[in-house]
Amino acid sequence: MPPGSDLPNLNWVALCVFVLLFGFITWLGFAAAHWRKGDLDQLHEWGLGGRRFGTMVTWFLVGGDLYTAYTFIAVPALAFGAGAIAFFAVPYTIVIYPLLFLVFRRLWHVCHKNGYITAADFVRGRFGNRWLALAVTVTGIVATMPYIALQLVGIQVVLGALGVSGGGFAADLPLVIAFMVLAAFTYSSGLRAPASIAIVKDILIYVTAFAVIIVIPIQLGGFGKIFSSVPAQKLLLAVPGPHTTGAYSAYATLALGSALALFLYPHSLTAILSASSGRAIRRNAAMLPGYSLMLGLLALVGFFVIAAGIANRPEYAPGFKQFGNNFAVPALLLHSFPSWFVGIAFAAIGIGALVPAAIMSIAAANLYSRNIHREFINNNPTDKQEAQMAKWASLVVKFGALVFILFVPTQYAIQLQLLGGIWIVQTLPAVMLGVYTRWFNDWALLAGWAAGTVTGTAMAVATKLTPTFPLALGGYTFPGYTAFFTILLNLAVVIALTPVFNAMFRRRAAVDETVAADYRP
Amino acid sequence: MRSVRRGWSWWYLLFIVESAVILWPPFYNRVEPTWLGIPFFYWFQLLWVIVGAAFTALVYFATDE
Repeated sequence: MPPGSDLPNLNWVALCVFVLLFGFITWLGFAAAHWRKGDLDQLHEWGLGGRRFGTMVTWFLVGGDLYTAYTFIAVPALAFGAGAIAFFAVPYTIVIYPLLFLVFRRLWHVCHKNGYITAADFVRGRFGNRWLALAVTVTGIVATMPYIALQLVGIQVVLGALGVSGGGFAADLPLVIAFMVLAAFTYSSGLRAPASIAIVKDILIYVTAFAVIIVIPIQLGGFGKIFSSVPAQKLLLAVPGPHTTGAYSAYATLALGSALALFLYPHSLTAILSASSGRAIRRNAAMLPGYSLMLGLLALVGFFVIAAGIANRPEYAPGFKQFGNNFAVPALLLHSFPSWFVGIAFAAIGIGALVPAAIMSIAAANLYSRNIHREFINNNPTDKQEAQMAKWASLVVKFGALVFILFVPTQYAIQLQLLGGIWIVQTLPAVMLGVYTRWFNDWALLAGWAAGTVTGTAMAVATKLTPTFPLALGGYTFPGYTAFFTILLNLAVVIALTPVFNAMFRRRAAVDETVAADYRP
Repeated sequence: MRSVRRGWSWWYLLFIVESAVILWPPFYNRVEPTWLGIPFFYWFQLLWVIVGAAFTALVYFATDE
């Protein structure tokens, strides 16, 4: 018997709605090339939408970019499986907005004034060290690749839940088609494609979220009943025992560490830099929490799944067997809604995967063409050559992610994405602190980056690729997010080595091509 | 306090309050008081999303040049 053929039969109505909506956004993705038309043979036009997006488009674009389909499947899945700890996503998405408001607004201004399109561009200009910029570039690309692959997991789960199945190559065909569509419209329209699709996707996601949050609790007899069916050990964080900060420090450092990492990801920065003004960024810091609220409400869906007793129903057993807890949300949707609405909800998740995947591939392509190809291979490309290189790079990146997800177990993509978070946060001193000060020595920054990356990887391996590390100090244990511990180490190395390196290499002062006024309106 | 660095505003203290409260789990890790049957742990954090957005909007209007 071919694998997958034991899934529930094809859900025709839901599939038709799903395919229709997918067809619509495919058209939209290609049509987007003409939206706020610019010369797509220039990298900032293709890769940043000409920096022309106002407050509202930026809201949809950043929202569609950061709150990915995988998030909407994985956070409730974690709540379903592990309980309260999954809610760290809420403090995480609260803490990111002061950072956006203060730090990344400055970064937007300096990038706008100097024509930077990536974080590595900024680091190169600020610290004048191509190797430090290369470290930022490679970290960004490597952290992004598994993230793109994870978006595909979101599509795979909803396709499986629709009953699309078969043996061998046929089983993967829908995913391959979805990805070819994505690759084609990204290639032709650049960032304008995910920006326009994000508007459709976000409306679908909000409709789905509100239906889920209102209808299902009524079906299940109210929130009181739902929470009373959640086992006590899942309902709250475990109170720490003596000599340990237990779940409390894990929860807080997961939130803070993830928040510090978020806007360092290339796809986050691409969406931010495409905004038309610093004011649009600051307004969005107050408006984007709308998505956080939805994410928090959707995290509760993990408990709805427990209350509805879905995991014990035989008709969903094959899905849970194939996709694990990630099947929890699709199963609940199938269980609670008529087929036509299931089609809308699944389309929201599927399209919700394409938007960030497109932005991520564009961001990685911008990094490759600007900070590797231009810096190390062809120093003087024409605008057209540079944009063309980015278009090709976006195809390579996506193809790589597709091959990864088809031939490598999903678990590896999840673990690599976890490592990616630890790696990307190591660019914090150069990027986030770099917008405030030029005090750091560039080689010290590189040494700190290396120390954080190596230690973080070793700690992650030591904990069998789980996010938290039990740091033992003087008889106390502090369980915490590895990214959080290692960024502290990174900073300590940078601060200790800066005076040393400054004294050693006094002759060679790297040039800072930015000036203080660049960082303000 | 005329020597205050350019770019700093006392309004930014709201961000510190906002972040410190939500990053201190002992403060909200309990069931009571529930609201609509939702334990405090959950509704407080969701409420804090709204409070955070309100703080940010306040800082935006107070510091807009």
